[in-house]
Amino acid sequence: MANLRIEHLNKRYGATTVLNDVNLDIEDGEFVVLVGPSGCGKSTLLRMIAGLDGASGGDIQIAGKLVNTLAPAERGIAMVFQSYALYPHMNVRKNMTFGLKFTGVPPAERDRRVAEAARMLRLDELLERYPRDLSGGQRQRVAIGRAIVREPAVFLFDEPLSNLDAALRVSTRVEIANLHRMLKSTIVYVTHDQVEAMTLADRIVVMNKGCIEQVGRPLDLYYAPANLFVAGFIGSPAMNFFEAKVGSVEGGCARISGPGFRSFDLPATSLKVGDSLTVGVRPEHLGRGEDGPFAVEGVVELVERLGEASFAYVRRADDRLFVAEVRGRQTPTPGERATLIAAARDVHVFDAAGLRVTTQNDA
Amino acid sequence: MTAEQRAKSLSVHLVLIAYSVLAVGPILLVVMNSFKVRSAIFGSPLALPDATTFSLVGYEKVFRSSHILTYYSNSLIVTLVSMALVLLFGAMAAWALTEYRFRGSTALALFLSIGIMVPIRLGSVAILNMMRSAGLNDTLTALVLVYVAQGLPMSIFILSEFIQQIPKDLRDAARCDGVPETRIFFEVVAPLLRPAIATVAVFTIVPIWNDLWFPLILTSSDSTHTVTLGVQQFLGQYITDWNSVLAALSMAILPVVLIYVILSRQLIAGLTSGAVK
Repeated sequence: MANLRIEHLNKRYGATTVLNDVNLDIEDGEFVVLVGPSGCGKSTLLRMIAGLDGASGGDIQIAGKLVNTLAPAERGIAMVFQSYALYPHMNVRKNMTFGLKFTGVPPAERDRRVAEAARMLRLDELLERYPRDLSGGQRQRVAIGRAIVREPAVFLFDEPLSNLDAALRVSTRVEIANLHRMLKSTIVYVTHDQVEAMTLADRIVVMNKGCIEQVGRPLDLYYAPANLFVAGFIGSPAMNFFEAKVGSVEGGCARISGPGFRSFDLPATSLKVGDSLTVGVRPEHLGRGEDGPFAVEGVVELVERLGEASFAYVRRADDRLFVAEVRGRQTPTPGERATLIAAARDVHVFDAAGLRVTTQNDA
Repeated sequence: MTAEQRAKSLSVHLVLIAYSVLAVGPILLVVMNSFKVRSAIFGSPLALPDATTFSLVGYEKVFRSSHILTYYSNSLIVTLVSMALVLLFGAMAAWALTEYRFRGSTALALFLSIGIMVPIRLGSVAILNMMRSAGLNDTLTALVLVYVAQGLPMSIFILSEFIQQIPKDLRDAARCDGVPETRIFFEVVAPLLRPAIATVAVFTIVPIWNDLWFPLILTSSDSTHTVTLGVQQFLGQYITDWNSVLAALSMAILPVVLIYVILSRQLIAGLTSGAVK
């Protein structure tokens, strides 16, 4: 159990910067998910916390201790790999105890820890089996078991579910969440899957191009993305964006207008006439209606029916497509003209630099 | 199977059978004739030994008249010690060259690969001089050293390829587990290299066991001769004792065949792994 502090961490390979001034504080017992598109540096960050890759600059502290120069085993971490990385020539029990031999854990204690981990992960029946005789989900549990028996201060997970099939992914996700509840340990978890991030995390760290874009609780990221990248990354299907301009400012209200949607007033004090903006609305926040705080019209071009909802791809007057999620049995038909509206609090506005514009609607 | 496919596979098999006969024929001839009397060896060399021509005289003479057991044990010692050293050092060097980046590692890898291209026999004179000045002339140690040098480059080359196929995550997992680097090599990497090691073992053993050149120039006394060199004593300038030569040769073939049979399963796994996935 320990907190984790990362300060001004950098990683460069020659001229390429992989991580650029990363700062992150993780509380004791917190489940933090690093999420981002591939190549954003999230796995590199995890490997640097583990001590498998060296830093080009900056500090990593685990439980208040500077670990920059320590070997992985001395940092009090345990890592679960995407490929499971089980030793193929050792049975499950040996896989779990192999590392303990070298860290001075007496045999009786080793057996106790294996028994406990096996009970927790339902591995009792499998202890004498070899990895080749196990299914993907079982291998994953053994890999987690191997991490548990080390009793680490911090668990590191590197995309642990991406090799599992969809059904197994959901059940293993639940198991990992339960495990965190039982062990109450600090976990850093890397994934590119935003569903995993949203469901598992206490806090999500969204990364892009070697930088942290936003750190926050899952729903904060969803309801108040700090910038365009986070707005577009979190949520599926992705948020619709509309180009806009500030037409006039009057009494703390800005008149926002742009091609394709009806002009509306935004209670924001920081805007000036002529500012370029991006307006973002999530597909699931657009509903059919006549008039609302935010309204956009177009011709339905394509409908994807999922059952619980349908995605309507609508072509606006300025010939751009946007997506609306329509609930209910009455699905839109292609060719139909539709007006879609959203509530004021579901309209996100970003300035020319891509940063969120705070409005009175946020309060 | 259609007729066309059958014809195709038949022709392939014909070629393979012809090749096998060509390769195995001379060896069969040696073994067959080692069990015949001298007149039958020359009278009908291609005939199988029968009641009138069967004789163990060659084997009797070999055991009675020569140091064949010393030769045999010399060959065994040299081959096995060389093989063990080639495998140990080869695997360790291959691991170091693939896993660690250090100053001069590329140069070292390049230097070792030159060893594959340049035959070691080119350095015979220099080796002879070195062994003489090191006082190792006429010792089995000299042979072992030469054979280790001869076998290392190829074994490093083959084992490096195999080590690269071992997932990187395994080594990282072991490091996170707190396993020391030497134990990672011996307890995680080496067990996974077993098919490769069998392959390298066979490739190392066969040329060493069969080598005539280095025993010829580096050993001079009966106590250090190997089997291949020992056989030569039956080949005289004027008279050759063919019974003994063929008997000794047949015996010399035996160990290599045995080792090959033992390792062949692993060997096939080693040769084909990576090819089919």
